[in-house]
Amino acid sequence: MSILLSVLVFFPVLGVLAILLADRGKGESDNLIRWIALVTSLITLVISVIVLASYNPAVSGLQLVDRVPWIPAWGIQYFLGIDGLSILMVLLTAFISVIAIAASWSAIDKQVKAYYTFMLLMEVGMMGVFLAQDLFLFYIFWEFTLIPMYFLIGIWGGTERVYASIKFFLYTMAGSLLMLLAILYMGITNGTFSVPDLIAGRAAFADAQHILFLGFAIAFAIKVPVFPFHSWLPDAHTQAPTAGSIILAGVLLKMGTYGFVRFNLPLFPQASFDYAPAIAVLAIIGIIYGAIVSFPQKDVKKLVAYSSISHLGFVMLGIFSLNTAGIQGGILQGVNHGLSTGALFFLVGVIYEQRHTRLMSEFGGLWKAIPLFSVLSLIVVLSSMGLPGLNGFVGEFTILLGSMGAESLGTHPWIYTAFAASGVILAAVYLLWMFQNVFMGPLDNPKNEALRDVNRRELVIFLAFLVFIVWIGIAPSGYFNLMDSSVSRLVNDISATVMVGQ
Amino acid sequence: MFEAPAIDWYVILPFVIVAGWGVLLMFVDLFVSDEQHTWAPWLAIIGLFAALVVSVTQWNNGGETFTAVGSTPMVVVDNYAVFLNVTLILAGIFSLLISINFLEGQALDKPEYYMLLLFSLSGMMLMGMANDLILIFVALELLSIPLYILSGFAWPKLKSEESAMKYFLLGAFSSGVFVFGIALTYGATGTTSLPQIFQQINVSTALGIGAIAFLLVGLAFKVAAAPFHMWTPDVYEGAPTTATAFMSVGAKVAGFAALLRIVMVAFPHVGDAWVGAVAILATLTLIVGNVAAIAQSNIKRMLAYSSIAHAGYILIAVAASANSPDGVSAALFYMFAYLFSNLGAFAIVIAMEKNDDQGTALDDYKGLWKRSPAMALAMAVFMLSLAGIPPTAGFVGKLYVFRAAVEANLIWLAVVGVITAVISAFYYLRVVYLMFMYEGEAQIEAKPALRTAVVIMVLAVLLIGVLPGTWFTLAQEAGLRGMQLLAGG
Repeated sequence: MSILLSVLVFFPVLGVLAILLADRGKGESDNLIRWIALVTSLITLVISVIVLASYNPAVSGLQLVDRVPWIPAWGIQYFLGIDGLSILMVLLTAFISVIAIAASWSAIDKQVKAYYTFMLLMEVGMMGVFLAQDLFLFYIFWEFTLIPMYFLIGIWGGTERVYASIKFFLYTMAGSLLMLLAILYMGITNGTFSVPDLIAGRAAFADAQHILFLGFAIAFAIKVPVFPFHSWLPDAHTQAPTAGSIILAGVLLKMGTYGFVRFNLPLFPQASFDYAPAIAVLAIIGIIYGAIVSFPQKDVKKLVAYSSISHLGFVMLGIFSLNTAGIQGGILQGVNHGLSTGALFFLVGVIYEQRHTRLMSEFGGLWKAIPLFSVLSLIVVLSSMGLPGLNGFVGEFTILLGSMGAESLGTHPWIYTAFAASGVILAAVYLLWMFQNVFMGPLDNPKNEALRDVNRRELVIFLAFLVFIVWIGIAPSGYFNLMDSSVSRLVNDISATVMVGQ
Repeated sequence: MFEAPAIDWYVILPFVIVAGWGVLLMFVDLFVSDEQHTWAPWLAIIGLFAALVVSVTQWNNGGETFTAVGSTPMVVVDNYAVFLNVTLILAGIFSLLISINFLEGQALDKPEYYMLLLFSLSGMMLMGMANDLILIFVALELLSIPLYILSGFAWPKLKSEESAMKYFLLGAFSSGVFVFGIALTYGATGTTSLPQIFQQINVSTALGIGAIAFLLVGLAFKVAAAPFHMWTPDVYEGAPTTATAFMSVGAKVAGFAALLRIVMVAFPHVGDAWVGAVAILATLTLIVGNVAAIAQSNIKRMLAYSSIAHAGYILIAVAASANSPDGVSAALFYMFAYLFSNLGAFAIVIAMEKNDDQGTALDDYKGLWKRSPAMALAMAVFMLSLAGIPPTAGFVGKLYVFRAAVEANLIWLAVVGVITAVISAFYYLRVVYLMFMYEGEAQIEAKPALRTAVVIMVLAVLLIGVLPGTWFTLAQEAGLRGMQLLAGG
């Protein structure tokens, strides 16, 4: 028993209380509120590092477990735990939350108190999602994340914010309620909602596993989003405030891929194996579709949004390769996407704050006006493209490796690999096209001459991103080590079950 | 010959207090001048508190009474009845708290209003305690007639009069249907006592089926289940908002109290005869209520359709009750959660409404957050609870209902419930985004009584949502286990 994880989840609530106490009204305490939020998220980051320090990568099962009965009448527990499948997600959440709060510093000047309250509540929800090991508790956190994000998009978003926020909410809710029925079904057949217990007792619902798999899969596929469930994403990403987009891309989408790894694979191994080719096909459609649609976008933010669909396709392909390389690559690529795309959204936000437009045609030749910003942006773009030496390459390469040897993808898995690899090339096309249009060429729009280069706050945020982008790119083994034993256990479990089933 | 049954007064004490308090109010009114009637609501609330306390002491400690020689008791106060009584009395108390200033503002604060409310409430309580169709009918009339008057209380406003007239005509009609059901039941079984019907009913005859059908339809009118819901929007819109608030919870809870008692005591063994019908009613109700609510631009009408939709979720639990031990508990829990969410929402509606009927359009809520952030947040909590989003009471209620449906192997019905819940989120969220995401002039000046009630209800919604365990246990003990199956199943 350890309350460390509970502290990690609920620490931001203290920040919320402090914000409510600090408020003097009329916007007088806005700066104080910003600092409270930032400090709270920084302390949460420190706590997550303490969790990392207490975490033993050699253990494959759950660690730092905090488990007490919650609703005994139904066998529901308050049950937190961490293992190799979630440790990176938890760290990513803590990191992205700090970034998102810092990135909003000057962009958000109305309703500051409410904004940072929702930001911190968002962090509570996301942490809870990655740490909950009881399906009921997980569902509560999962749905709870909708509420702050709904307000973040709807109040501080762009011109179409109300439409985007409600679409985001309803889309996600529709998927998750079917998951709720699946959860209830398993809870009733097994008398428990605890994930490890359900995995141990999965024989009880093995007959229904294909339909249960779909109940979960639709919820997660909408979140990821897997083609064809993606239509909420461009709206939400484009309309959200910069920090909202960073959180959406950085963490929220990963809740979907994490859900597949944490729940679908171990709870329904046979169904996962049976559906793997279909999901891999959807993933590849997503990779190529996302890339093709990104290319003609005039709005930089929309381009980045569509590129997410493409990148998340890789993650899905990796996960449903159902082997160690694929799943590890998938998880790591989730982190990479959070870093690269988060940074891309941030750079778009920095420009937007000054120019109030994101149209590519308004820009060009920025390198001459703001060279430092342009260099930083180039690294971020290259990382998103998957240039060797930066983080994106490591993830994509591992995924392609995994899919190449995937038994789940039939006798010719290399066909999947080949199509997916074409996505890497397409990514280079649209990202370099964007970079060329915005940063290269003549500085022909006089409005851009007045742009200022990065200030100290923005530089720190950029550097924070770049540290990890380069670190993962050069020395990824430490990251793989963190998840190695848990993923191996998962893969062995699946292959053992599927072998028996055959 | 006829021998008067012995009466155990303790068993019916909560009912006696509420009904008697109404009479008391009537007498006090005679001796107080018309200008000084601000005492009336507070006196009524004191009476309800007394009834609440007595009710709570009856938990695990009830009994039966009005037992004629050689017959079964007319009144049963088991945990089921106690749970419902507490729910109903709480609904009464909160309805009064949120009504006081509104009624003063509208010059409707006559003592009659409060005594009618008490009489109606006593009828509602009797619905859950009655163990005999005749008594259920008496309770039904006792609850309905004061409600007809309350709907028309804002006379000579045309809308209010229209509301009362519609409610009365359709209410009388549905009572007629119900009585016909009683007659058929008597014809089929030779008795009106629920436990004896249990022994006598034969659903292979047209008479038996007809009896169940007419009883069901009669109560379906009362709980506003589609396709017997037509009166609801007009009545809800025209009646004084405080009366609407009260009947939207009270009448519904009472209708389901009787319905569940009837199906679980008299017809539990012939589930095949009614589960399908209830499931279809539930489906229709969910679809009609939730889809029609989307199209509304007046919040009272929207809440009217929303209350129809909620009847649909409770009907899911009723349908499940034949084959799941959790059906009755789920319905009870759902109604308990609904009480706070719905009365809370109505509290805000009441506070927003101006004297001249302005302030009930959805657009009037624009920008409420800027001026009255606390009230807007409260409304958001109530809306999210009605939509069934965690961590609110409404979510746990839906969860319980869906669980019962899955247990009873009515998974298709749970799927219908899930899909319509998503539809419902659309119109509940609209209120939220109008308040939070639009600029506007909306403002609330909440008086202390209403403000207190709202704070308590918000806390209740969140508390039940986060820690539902205690309430689950209570609902379970009040459910099938708490309902004495006197005939022995």
